[in-house]
Amino acid sequence: MGTLAAFLILSAVTLIPAVVVVTSKNIVRSALALVPTFLGITGLYILLQAEFVAGIQVLIYAGAITVLILFVIMLTEGGTGIRIRQVNEQVAVGVLASATLAALLIWVFLRTPWPRGPGALPEHTADQIGKTLLSSMVLVFEVTSLVLLISLIGAIIIARRER
Amino acid sequence: MNWGAEIAKAVLAAVGMFTFLAIVAAMFGVLLERKIGGWIQSRLGPKHVGPQGVLQTLADTLKLLQKENVTPRAADALIFNTAPLVVATAGLMGWLVIPFGKIGETVLVVRDLNIGILFFAAMASMTVIGILAGGWASNNKYSLLGALRSASQMISYELPMGMALVAVAMEAGTLSTVGIVRAQDGWMGSFVFRQFPAFVIFMIAAVAEVNRIPFDLPEAESELVAGYISEYSGMRFSLFMLGEYAEMFAMAAMTTTLFLGGWKGPLLPPLVWFFLKMYLVVFFMMWVRWTFPRFRLDQLLNLSWKVLLPAGLIWILISGYRITF
Repeated sequence: MGTLAAFLILSAVTLIPAVVVVTSKNIVRSALALVPTFLGITGLYILLQAEFVAGIQVLIYAGAITVLILFVIMLTEGGTGIRIRQVNEQVAVGVLASATLAALLIWVFLRTPWPRGPGALPEHTADQIGKTLLSSMVLVFEVTSLVLLISLIGAIIIARRER
Repeated sequence: MNWGAEIAKAVLAAVGMFTFLAIVAAMFGVLLERKIGGWIQSRLGPKHVGPQGVLQTLADTLKLLQKENVTPRAADALIFNTAPLVVATAGLMGWLVIPFGKIGETVLVVRDLNIGILFFAAMASMTVIGILAGGWASNNKYSLLGALRSASQMISYELPMGMALVAVAMEAGTLSTVGIVRAQDGWMGSFVFRQFPAFVIFMIAAVAEVNRIPFDLPEAESELVAGYISEYSGMRFSLFMLGEYAEMFAMAAMTTTLFLGGWKGPLLPPLVWFFLKMYLVVFFMMWVRWTFPRFRLDQLLNLSWKVLLPAGLIWILISGYRITF
């Protein structure tokens, strides 16, 4: 009962600001509305007892990615005023695309046979994640950091060209 | 699990924490700051309200509570009014994982999370959202400049701070704050000795994270009026201040927990030891504030990205080598 109530509240916290993100006329408000969305997702992670992922979610998404988005908006010319308005001329296409994606995802979720074995949760997820990342997943981990490095170098090259 | 009791406990803990911080961190902290500042600059500091001026901050708080909250007409009212709450809440949340001491075998901590220091870092990183939102919503160029400076500064210094936290977590073998205090045995076992570079990096990053001199560019009064708090008045201004001081004291408490052995110490009770160490770190931060001039923005960012971050990475490597072999 309590878990269900928590889930419903957290879903509302996630979804209502998410609607604001896509419908707000002001781009900074959209960016700021991402924060409660990310925090709601954090709550869902905690509900699933994935506390390490929850901490990382706040640190990276709510604390860093949103700030990065805001930073980019505010450094853009004309992006600073609070009177700026944006109009979306592709509402119909957007609705179509997201509805298709949602239908597809729901269809996949309903068809997947989710295994429900009596597995035991590790007491602390943090060290489990660390061990997995540095043993069986080490190649994936390294390739991901390579992708990040490449994007960093790309950003520096684009920024340097202006000189 | 009894949900009603859990929620009641959470509300009570939040109210208790808020009162404690408003009194110990914000009010006493401001008084301490002014007294120490006066002492360092060879003047008297507040002197008139109460004996030796000890009631000065109380009077200031009452004054701020009565003042009108002005929302500028051109501001984005909703975001303008919410931003101080974000800063104050983020400042308070960090305190959840700080162990104050021990009575018998019970550790005085709101929640001993097994991701303790990760939670602390995450909450410290939320402050910047409030600052950025407040600075932007004020619709004032000085506020916006201050907010942008603050954002770049806090994002830059989060990384070296994270490196210091990782080094400490490696040495202690746990992310829990209580576990880290327990891992420090005896005087020489304090991580300030075994993890000295991490301690230095953490202290510098902590001063930068709370936007204090020499890293107070976000509110450099000689260039930016008051930075992101220029347009704020009354209680909203004091919420920003409360958040800032709560954050500063939280950093001091975290330094105590991570490096100075937390509540541990001979003779005196654990609670006294914790506060002694915490106020020592607070005094150090105030000492720095009243001694050093302000950095330039490029110096500030260079220090973080070109000195502290590589130093932190190298130290993690050395620590890892020492722990493994």
